[in-house]
Amino acid sequence: MADAIYLTTPLNDNDLQQLKIGDKVYISGTIYTGRDAAHKRLVDLVKAGKELPFDIEGQIIYYVGPAPAPPGKPIGSAGPTTSYRMDPYAPVLMDVGLKGMIGKGPRNQAVIESMKKNNAVYFAAIGGAAVVVAESIKEAKVIAYEDLGTEAIRELKVKNFPCIVANDVYGNDIYQEGVKKYKK
Amino acid sequence: MREVNVKDLIPVVKKLCIDANYYMGEDVINKIREFQDREESETGREVLGILLENYELAAREKMPICQDTGIAVTFVEIGQDVHLVGGDFTEAINEGVRQGYLDGYLRKSMVDDPIIDRVNTKDNTPAIIYTDIVPGDKIKITVAPKGGGSENMSEVKMMKAADGIEGVIDFVVDRIKRSGGNPCPPIVVGVGLGGNFEQSALLAKKSLLRRLDEENPDPKWAKVEKEMLEKINNLGIGPQGLGGRTTALGVFILSKPCHIASMPVAVNVQCHAARHKSAII
Repeated sequence: MADAIYLTTPLNDNDLQQLKIGDKVYISGTIYTGRDAAHKRLVDLVKAGKELPFDIEGQIIYYVGPAPAPPGKPIGSAGPTTSYRMDPYAPVLMDVGLKGMIGKGPRNQAVIESMKKNNAVYFAAIGGAAVVVAESIKEAKVIAYEDLGTEAIRELKVKNFPCIVANDVYGNDIYQEGVKKYKK
Repeated sequence: MREVNVKDLIPVVKKLCIDANYYMGEDVINKIREFQDREESETGREVLGILLENYELAAREKMPICQDTGIAVTFVEIGQDVHLVGGDFTEAINEGVRQGYLDGYLRKSMVDDPIIDRVNTKDNTPAIIYTDIVPGDKIKITVAPKGGGSENMSEVKMMKAADGIEGVIDFVVDRIKRSGGNPCPPIVVGVGLGGNFEQSALLAKKSLLRRLDEENPDPKWAKVEKEMLEKINNLGIGPQGLGGRTTALGVFILSKPCHIASMPVAVNVQCHAARHKSAII
């Protein structure tokens, strides 16, 4: 792996165009959480022409349902959830400004096409490395859908959140390329 | 006859839920180290290193290894000379799960109805409880928290005798190929052969309770496990699906007799956080 790239949110087009699959990236700034139930609500809002609970322009959504924060910590264990379940929703959100997604596992062709079209990137966090990820989260607060419990939308302040570029803006996919390289 | 008050099961189940989620078994840690040494992909080696670091951090910080602290799958072997008194056995197990998930800061991942409302039950109950009646006067409880990501990659197939062992191997390997990076590889593959539709799935689940440093006691199945593991690790999926040699840490087979017309095969996929803890009362 080459040297790590440090990014700060919100992401701009220059940030995104320099990224290539396999790049090791550390993200700092504000990111938002959302998984299945929250995505459904966000997409319903977009379709109804209503305002989203946060400004999505240039932002990153992290697919996570964190464990509860133990005393003295901002958040509990917080590794990524499997991303394909958000595939039906992701293109709608990229069309209104979403620039980054963090999760684990491959995306479908529609999401990959939408990333190319919208100049957006998908980052893989390491599934099951939930305490390592939590260490990079400095603050967490629920900003929408508190009724969803762990699935509520949280605003996270992160410092050097570790991930790897899985899909870049050029349509490359590490899940296909990586397997090709090591398949026997 | 030995009387056991079901209330005495509550703190045991509570502790097992917490310990299983905080403390990764040495067998998994050692196996990942072993694979890390021979992983060809630099990214793969790095990912395995982060997983090992995460297990250490989880134990030190007393935090769950993974935020998906799972469905509380609970296996209970009840000695036939035990008489359970003092209340409802199922409710006692659920109370232990409730206390473990609340007091251990574990995530509550259960929704009440699976399709329409999907409202969180807020205490991770109900547990999924399997009981076996065995000789003796002891109770053995095993809690194996099972995450959703890997469970979703599991499958049962009713195969034909004509498919033979080669057909079974192809099905298992193909199931893992189709799973790709989704179930958090490196995975452990539980395979249930025989029985009927539902028993094959339960065999696959139970097979995952074996330690990674234990061989299948039946040399016939040990050989098949080895062949499946080699084929799976030749798929190139690698740690987290990013490419590499370490796709599975082990394949476990459990088999049972079956009907002359059937050949049920179940694959239960387990993520690298192969968590299970047991206690004997």
